Amino acid sequence: MTEMHRPLLAIEHLSIGFPNERDGTMHPVVRDSSFVVNRNEVVGLVGESGSGKTQTAMSVLRLTKPPGQVLHGRILLDGDDILQMNDIQLRQVRGNRAAMIFQSPRTSLNPLMTIGNQVGRIYTRQRGMKKKDAGDATLEMLRRVGIAGPARVAASYPHQLSGGMAQRVMIAMMLACDPELLIADEPTTGLDVTIQAQIFELIQEIQQETHMALLLITHDLGVIAEVCQRVVVMQLGRIVEIAPVDTLFADPVHPYTRRLVGSILRPDLEVLPAAARGNDFPPVVLEVGGDRYQAVSVDSWRSVNVGRPEMVEVAPGHQVLAHAVDAPSEAVA
Amino acid sequence: MSLSRYILRRLALTAITLLGVIIAVFLMARVLPGDPVTVKAGQYATPEIKEQLRIQMGLDKPLPQQLATYIGNVLQGDLGQSTRSGHTVREDIGQRLPVTLELALASLIVAGGIGIPLGIYAALHHGSKRDAGIQQLAIFSAATPVFWLGLVLIYLFYARWNIAPAPVGQLSTNVEPPRTITHLLLVDSLLTLNWTTFKDAAGHLILPVITLSVVVMSPFIKMARTSMLNVLGSDYITAARSLGLSDREIIRQDALKNVMVQLLTVSGIVLGYLLAGNVLVETIFAWPGLGFYAWNALTGSDYDAIQGFVLVVAVIYVFLNFFVDLAYTLIDPRIRLA
Repeated sequence: MTEMHRPLLAIEHLSIGFPNERDGTMHPVVRDSSFVVNRNEVVGLVGESGSGKTQTAMSVLRLTKPPGQVLHGRILLDGDDILQMNDIQLRQVRGNRAAMIFQSPRTSLNPLMTIGNQVGRIYTRQRGMKKKDAGDATLEMLRRVGIAGPARVAASYPHQLSGGMAQRVMIAMMLACDPELLIADEPTTGLDVTIQAQIFELIQEIQQETHMALLLITHDLGVIAEVCQRVVVMQLGRIVEIAPVDTLFADPVHPYTRRLVGSILRPDLEVLPAAARGNDFPPVVLEVGGDRYQAVSVDSWRSVNVGRPEMVEVAPGHQVLAHAVDAPSEAVA
Repeated sequence: MSLSRYILRRLALTAITLLGVIIAVFLMARVLPGDPVTVKAGQYATPEIKEQLRIQMGLDKPLPQQLATYIGNVLQGDLGQSTRSGHTVREDIGQRLPVTLELALASLIVAGGIGIPLGIYAALHHGSKRDAGIQQLAIFSAATPVFWLGLVLIYLFYARWNIAPAPVGQLSTNVEPPRTITHLLLVDSLLTLNWTTFKDAAGHLILPVITLSVVVMSPFIKMARTSMLNVLGSDYITAARSLGLSDREIIRQDALKNVMVQLLTVSGIVLGYLLAGNVLVETIFAWPGLGFYAWNALTGSDYDAIQGFVLVVAVIYVFLNFFVDLAYTLIDPRIRLA
């Protein structure tokens, strides 16, 4: 692959495991997942709670909390495998080439340190600024993320901020890093609806300004539709579908994605769409290049008793996790 | 709420607690078995003499009046007369408190100075063999009987190898005590640059300090380890990591201060225990401190002295708690407004 076409972030066959409480064997929470994020691209990562979204995101900065660990796979940031880096190389990636904002902004700030010091130390540390310059840069950055009265906020402690304010501070910290890749892990969880909209607007605005790549994890399909170019759908630790955002909403293929998209409330319809009702989603049969596949919701794989699943490209840039169905002639033989 | 208002409010609460302590000590003396008059007058005193003494001691008055008199005396610093030493209890305790304080502070510094780094080290190597070893050490430390350890140390270091000085008091008899400045021998001899005294005082301190610090090291190890693990697992440490800060920077700038906040309470409790609870160690090493004094007072039915001891220890506890709370407000910004 040439320099030009190399994606900024390529996750290849990633598996992450946590030890089983009873016998200590590794139980995978993310299995064999592969996707890419290109430069200046906004990719959404969706799926229900526990589907492995956050674990996937954390592993990109190698923040998987022990005893969890990456079992298999590669995470390439501009061609460099993050999983193979030593501590010094890793610290040059974190807060520099890639940064992350977290689900709970208020607990993500050190309760005993003023906001000014927490933002300022990124400047002194990553940019080698003098203390005074770092202080000025901090105020400027706080202003840029829409904080009125930055001096007052810089002097306060995290517990004195509202959730929305704290998330703005987190965004300011991330921006101070000036990363090529930003991972935002449900950045508006626990915020008021109006504040949520403001935070997403801010993130989107910054992305358009800086052209950084953004991997956005959220439950909010409305936000996905508005902000993202491509979407990665996860279910129970598996990536089940990757599609351009329009395709995903107009023509979802995988049964889980159909259910997910079908669950969007449509005020213009009087009844829930058929997809939102019931739990039963039949496997979808696909024909690609003469081969037959069936896409099965991950929670019913056991009952279907199928072989090894693979990502099948049903259209350019549109991949679905499916199992090969043997051709009838071979089945006879 | 401003800091000064907070301090005022806490002080007011402390005053109420102290009043309760005084009343409790007063009542305790009335329920204790034995009659103070008999003790004071001696076994062979006639009933007339006893009655006279009873009136003299104010014990014929109704209880509330006695209580009022007692509170008045205590507030004026009058804790009564020791029947054993012949001095006022106030003099006796004033003399012995710094002796105990020196031993307690030295033990606190040694126990904390070793226990806290050990606990933090264990947390940083969570799950390793070293972690398990340090936890074993904490259990061993908590399970060691203080009198046994003290005697073993005396046997080995004094009787067997003769490295340590005789376990009798703070100074050898042929060594001149330093000029009194802080009442702490070690500090005073250092301030007056009196090396001979300093070395002798330090020598006498070593064994009792080792004995006490081994015993109180356990809570430091355990609390430091637990709170460090807590802090390391918290969101803001993950966030700091994601910003590219090194482990050393994270531990120094983020983790330690948060751990110290949690260790303040332990330090307060341990210091309180050291000031009040080392009767055994002071007796073994003939250390002329509060514990030794209390032991003698108890065995000699020296009622005023016992009351004085209990009162002073209770007051120390109350003030320690007050200072720990105060230290919290200075370190943790969340408490000031709460």
